[in-house]
Amino acid sequence: MARVTLEDVRKVYPNGFEAVYPCSFTVNHGELIVLVGPSGCGKSTLLRMVAGLESITEGEMSIGDRVVNDVDPADRNIAMVFQNYALYPHMTVANNMGYGLKNRGMAKAEIEQKVNDAAKMLNLSDYLERRPSQLSGGQRQRVAMGRAIVREPDLFLFDEPLSNLDAKLRNQMRIEIRSLQRRLDTTALYVTHDQVEAMTMADRIFVMNAGRIEQIGTPSEIYHHPQSTFVASFMGAPPMNLLPARTTGNTHVELADDLALPLVSHVDYAGPVQLGIRPEDVRLKDGGDGGTPFKLDIVEELGATRLLHGQLAGHAFTVAIPHEERSFDDTLTLDLPQDALHLFDHETGRRL
Amino acid sequence: MKRAVFSNPWLPIMLLVPQLFIIAVFFYWPAGFAIQSSFYLQDPFGFGSTYVGLENYTDLAQSAEYKRVAWFTLLYTFAVTFFSLAIALLLAVKADNVLRGAKTYRTLLMWVYAIAPPVAGLMGVMLFDQSRGNITKLFETFGWEFRLGVDYWDTATAMIIVAVWKQVPVNFIFFLSGLQSIPRTVREAALIDNRSATGRFWDVIFPLLAPTAFFLLIINITYALFDTFGVIDTLVKAEPGNNPVTLVYKVFIDGFRGNDLGGSSAQSVVLMVLVLILTIVQFRLMERRIHYT
Ligand SMILES: Nc1ncnc2c1ncn2[C@@H]1O[C@H](COP(=O)(O)OP(=O)(O)OP(=O)(O)O)[C@@H](O)[C@H]1O
Ligand SMILES: [Mg+2]
Repeated sequence: MARVTLEDVRKVYPNGFEAVYPCSFTVNHGELIVLVGPSGCGKSTLLRMVAGLESITEGEMSIGDRVVNDVDPADRNIAMVFQNYALYPHMTVANNMGYGLKNRGMAKAEIEQKVNDAAKMLNLSDYLERRPSQLSGGQRQRVAMGRAIVREPDLFLFDEPLSNLDAKLRNQMRIEIRSLQRRLDTTALYVTHDQVEAMTMADRIFVMNAGRIEQIGTPSEIYHHPQSTFVASFMGAPPMNLLPARTTGNTHVELADDLALPLVSHVDYAGPVQLGIRPEDVRLKDGGDGGTPFKLDIVEELGATRLLHGQLAGHAFTVAIPHEERSFDDTLTLDLPQDALHLFDHETGRRL
Repeated sequence: MKRAVFSNPWLPIMLLVPQLFIIAVFFYWPAGFAIQSSFYLQDPFGFGSTYVGLENYTDLAQSAEYKRVAWFTLLYTFAVTFFSLAIALLLAVKADNVLRGAKTYRTLLMWVYAIAPPVAGLMGVMLFDQSRGNITKLFETFGWEFRLGVDYWDTATAMIIVAVWKQVPVNFIFFLSGLQSIPRTVREAALIDNRSATGRFWDVIFPLLAPTAFFLLIINITYALFDTFGVIDTLVKAEPGNNPVTLVYKVFIDGFRGNDLGGSSAQSVVLMVLVLILTIVQFRLMERRIHYT
């Protein structure tokens, strides 16, 4: 059973840069955790600390029941898949996969068996005698996966394993990795900055920002209940609309003096807030009373959906609507459902 | 490969002429001259020469002295090449551990390479000097009475040490940049796959360094065989006596001290053949060498 537990783990690089602020969390056995966040937020640093490739400045990390702070990477029983695959260029595919097993003193026949099994699983059987330079990017990626699988590790670590593949292959590998991880019942930490990967693969997502974990939650929690404006605007494409507004201590939020929207529940706080609305939660109103006026600037055609960019109460605003044959006037009326309104503190950006 | 097409057929020829001229004057002409005179017996006083056929070569083959020098050259080349490469590799690995990513220090280390070769030879002579040399004094404290230019093996040791010393910085720079060009993630993958640092070095690092090492091997053999002339000359002070010399130095001694131009020409022809073989081997292996990209 491989649970991963971090207690106040912190990373300060030798140059004094604090890449990961003290953080604590537990990853349960068999879970696939996706670490997501903008470039430079410390995802790789966190992952590499788990791998043992980077020292832990403070705090305690355990894999299973064992504290691994001072355990050698080779002794942590982990496997890592790197963004550029990091295959050994001078070894054949078979040797690449078997190298770790050989060093554990496993018998030759057994290594061969395991390598062949993994190769079959990954459709690599025909390439076992080739060198990495003789493989396509997708095949190299599979070899890297194979190298991780044969070790039968307690924990898979992935650092943007799909970002060097084209979009089609990425979709396919995403599903394959997910089903492999399920089948092998192995805990996994997966770093990406692709939110589609994060949403589709994760049991839970850790959203990171500038060295801190902003929110931990299931994809649905992250999407529907972002705990901060950062998470709200980072997850989802197009991002959530954020508008300055104010609450008056009752059940309404005011976008402008003459534009108040009803809230689901009573809010005690009165003062400036940020109002978040996902573009896809907005509906176009066909007529009738009420509604919010929206001044349309441009229409973006995405195939399945259409993005309408324009102004709402004087602020940039985007609406996503299902594709349908229709021409648009310059001014439209929007229906902003009560349960689609998110309120955030106007200074800290925390959810209210 | 890109094929360039010249509209004027004379232009490429004109461009090649200076290079061809230099090769002809400084290589083919003397080489042809050496081959020619290796078939003659020159009068020591310069009063003409007699055609003797292959006699100079058969003499060489039977000469016990020549065999002794050839053996010493072999030993010398092996020792210089081995120690230059091994010491440089060891130092490069150590430096690499410290210098990962620190490009500035690497540039600083380059300076050693720029300074060392000319100074090293002279310093060697001073350090091994019979009466004043610091290394001689150091050996003395261990009870080894080091006699440069007098004792055969003492001189050989000094020759090897100085030659190695001159060559280590060059090899070091090549090895270090070879090591630093190994992707970090490949090392990290190895770190996860193998707990033993020695194992990682021989299984992953060294094979990736092999192209560099092979290139340096050829360079160092050539260096030890031919370029150490200056070191030997300063150390034996043109008085070979009982001192060890290499084949190249013997060409010089027999030709210009012994005035045996025919014999020394035959020796240089032998050396030319050796260089030819070395070059062929190098190109053959270079072609077959795997490019890990
Ligand atoms: N060896 C180091 N010394 C000092 N600072 C470092 C070092 N390695 C990384 N950093 C810094 O730590 C921060 C986090 O780096 P990290 O590689 O974890 O980012 P990341 O979230 O993986 O980004 P990306 O998505 O671009 O891979 C960055 O600001 C980076 O500049
Ligand atoms: Mg990263």
